[in-house]
Amino acid sequence: MTVVFWISAAVTVISTVMVITRRNVVHALLYLIVSLLAMAVIFFSLGAPFVAALEVIVYAGAIMVLFIFVVMMLNLGARASQQERQWLKPRMMIGPAILAAILMIELGYAIFAGGGIEIITGEPVGAKQVGMSLFETYLLGVELASILLLAGLVGAYHLGRRDRSEEEES
Amino acid sequence: MLELLWLIPILPFIGFLVLVLIGTRLSRAGVAAIGVGSIGISAVVSLLCGFSFMSSPPPGDAFSQTLWTWMKVGSFAPGITFHLDALSLLMTLVVTVVGFLIHLYSTEYMNDEDGYSRFFAYMNLFVGSMLTLILADNLILLYLGWEGVGLCSYLLIGFWYKDPANGLAARKAFTITRVGDTAMALGLFLLFAHLRTLNIHGDGGILALAMSQWMEGSGLAIAAAALLLGGALGKSGQLPLQTWLPDAMAGPTPVSALIHAATMVTAGVYLIARTYVLFELAPAVQFAVALIGTITLFVAGCSALTQRDMKRILAYSTISQIGYMFLALGVGAWSAAMFHFMTHAFFKALLFLGAGVVILALHHEQDIFNMGGLRRALPLTSKTFIIGAAALAGFPFITAGFYSKDLILWKVWSAHQPWLYIVGLGGALLTALYSFRLVFIAFFGEAKSHVVKKPGACMKIPLTILAALAIIGGLIELPHAWGNWQPFSKFMESAFPLTASVEHGGHGKAAAELILQGIAVVVSVVGISLAYLFFLRKQIFVEGVAGSSVGVAVHRFWFAGWGFDWLYDKVFVQPVVWAARINKNDIIDFIYRLFAGIIQIFHFIFCLTQTGRVRWYAVGIAFGAVVIVAMVVLS
Amino acid sequence: MAAVSMEHGLILAGVLFALGLIGVLVRRNIIFMLMSIEVMLNASGLAFVVAGSNWGTADGQVMFIFILTMAAAEVAVGLALVLQLYRRFKTLDVDAASKMRG
Repeated sequence: MTVVFWISAAVTVISTVMVITRRNVVHALLYLIVSLLAMAVIFFSLGAPFVAALEVIVYAGAIMVLFIFVVMMLNLGARASQQERQWLKPRMMIGPAILAAILMIELGYAIFAGGGIEIITGEPVGAKQVGMSLFETYLLGVELASILLLAGLVGAYHLGRRDRSEEEES
Repeated sequence: MLELLWLIPILPFIGFLVLVLIGTRLSRAGVAAIGVGSIGISAVVSLLCGFSFMSSPPPGDAFSQTLWTWMKVGSFAPGITFHLDALSLLMTLVVTVVGFLIHLYSTEYMNDEDGYSRFFAYMNLFVGSMLTLILADNLILLYLGWEGVGLCSYLLIGFWYKDPANGLAARKAFTITRVGDTAMALGLFLLFAHLRTLNIHGDGGILALAMSQWMEGSGLAIAAAALLLGGALGKSGQLPLQTWLPDAMAGPTPVSALIHAATMVTAGVYLIARTYVLFELAPAVQFAVALIGTITLFVAGCSALTQRDMKRILAYSTISQIGYMFLALGVGAWSAAMFHFMTHAFFKALLFLGAGVVILALHHEQDIFNMGGLRRALPLTSKTFIIGAAALAGFPFITAGFYSKDLILWKVWSAHQPWLYIVGLGGALLTALYSFRLVFIAFFGEAKSHVVKKPGACMKIPLTILAALAIIGGLIELPHAWGNWQPFSKFMESAFPLTASVEHGGHGKAAAELILQGIAVVVSVVGISLAYLFFLRKQIFVEGVAGSSVGVAVHRFWFAGWGFDWLYDKVFVQPVVWAARINKNDIIDFIYRLFAGIIQIFHFIFCLTQTGRVRWYAVGIAFGAVVIVAMVVLS
Repeated sequence: MAAVSMEHGLILAGVLFALGLIGVLVRRNIIFMLMSIEVMLNASGLAFVVAGSNWGTADGQVMFIFILTMAAAEVAVGLALVLQLYRRFKTLDVDAASKMRG
């Protein structure tokens, strides 16, 4: 279990670095899928199989497909990669990297300042437990999430619609 | 019958509301019917009430009717209560009857003017406010009517608001009466602070309480009386707050008639008569009332003698006649003051309405030196006007003015004030002089302008009725020396039950009274004769006097109303205007503008962070997160 | 390799979160920004799951499901916005849509 965790962690970090440095959108998306799949493995290794499955189905499946659809609709070609090269200069990385590093140090300090190290045993918490918790303790949250999804649906429909005036132009 | 009392003030208010709400949609006949009708019914009701009151006097010679409690704050609960006694009955009768005649007259006078319904709405409100003032049972309600009268005078003086001068005159009237009103309000506060009530009548009223609690001549009594006097001076146009009254002639002539005869200026006289106990407790203030009245009647008489504008002559004569009333009040001759108020209402309304006819006939010409010979062109108007002027001048034996003025002078003499008597007598001479100067210049001599409009029935009827009243109105009170016929005084005395000493003018003084009467007759006749001599026969003499250097200076001084306007302009108006100009940019405001400026600077600084670039915002959020986490971690 | 502890899991989540943050701040292309945001959301979800499995309760996973829901809604709206942006400005440069500057 431990080995699986560390290998997948390495894969996740490396593929994520690739995501934020690629120039081609589709390449970046593929690395992101790799990162998400590795994350699913981490979840599995931590004893959360239900969430691991959801990660694969919803994140790596549905959400990434949505991205790909959009990329295909926009039909970005070589010109886009060219532009990315102009936009993505190494020296631009410096400021954000410093900021992220400071944040990282702070988080690390906060995490390790606690002292005692607890070992995660990886006892699986199954889908049944999750489901019971979800529909008993967090029922209100589920309802709110459904409303949020509805709002997202309506918002996406409204924003994605073509205006009539624009159609006349094009 | 007396239960209908509440209708008297309510009807004009109803007329006002109807005219304000739907007046513009009514025809002129409809507006006139409502405007005149409401006052007419009110007059009929007050006549009925008056008849009932006199034929079967209610217990205590007073009747009061509470409609509802106005407000209730602790023990202070003034009601909408109307109180009818001899004093308020007389005032109500005069106001409604004379007001009705003026309204009737206005239907024709204002026929060619715009704002017909607005005019009648204001007039109704004016009469309604005055009736509220008169019938009020407590000083708060009286003050409501008092302020309503002030408001209506402002609205009506500035009725032709398109001319800025009229607006200015209206503002002046409003501002100057406000000075008096402030004093009066302070007086009310003082009374309430010490007596815990503002009801006037009854055992718990201020009159009875003041009588029992305050010593004669005590500081409180003097302060209260002086403050109330301030209010009365402002409203009644007495020195030193008289300057608004001549300018108030900017309004339509019926308005002047209403202000001078029936409403507004007599409110001050009424207030003093109503609170007579306070003045009797403060002899110094009461003497001041007499003194102010005397000075005012003389000063205003001199100014009236020099004016050219017909209405301004009448305005100054009003100031002067109100001065007589104050003089009477000042010597404690309450019923004499009210007697003069009544006769004055008749003949002053008559004079103003007659002047209105002349002004309309000559196409808004008001300068008497451009008139002349109107006797032939306007026969009825001239006759009634001469009757009015004769009453004003106190023409012996046949006019009402003679009896009332004679009564005042006799009372002044009996009160052992020979100096005031002499000035009053001089004022009578001036009155005769200026009133017949007006008559002789405007109605006699050769015609100088052409009459374009003759009065109709609606103008003639009020003139005739008022002329009749100006003659017979004096017969309800004859001098003591002539026999025992003083129904008016006897009736009036019931309104002043707490008066310390009622003078019954003993029969032993009959000889003295007859001599004084003889003097008054002589003065009046001499005045009229002099006017005849100077202004009709030997005008050269007047021109000679007026042309001399002293004459020119005096004429100019008197013409300008003894320079009060000039003085107030220098002392009050110009310093304020100067301070306003210096402080044009508002020094206090500078501090607040400084704060505003600092905030604006920050606004510009923070505007720079508003780049419109999403990633900069993201940086901001991330930076904030870093700082907050740092604070959590390091704390 | 030592056994997996809660600290290790949380540090992994923090690293991923920082990488996502760098991505958001560096990239001008709006699609890359959206992807970086997905990475950040995912990292926070990981922190929940780590904590949940540490204490052996289902609450961490429930929170992850909520985050998942939110991410789905966010991506739907965000991608619709991408389409709008591209239609209006013919570019995916977020700095092109900077008309709301003060």
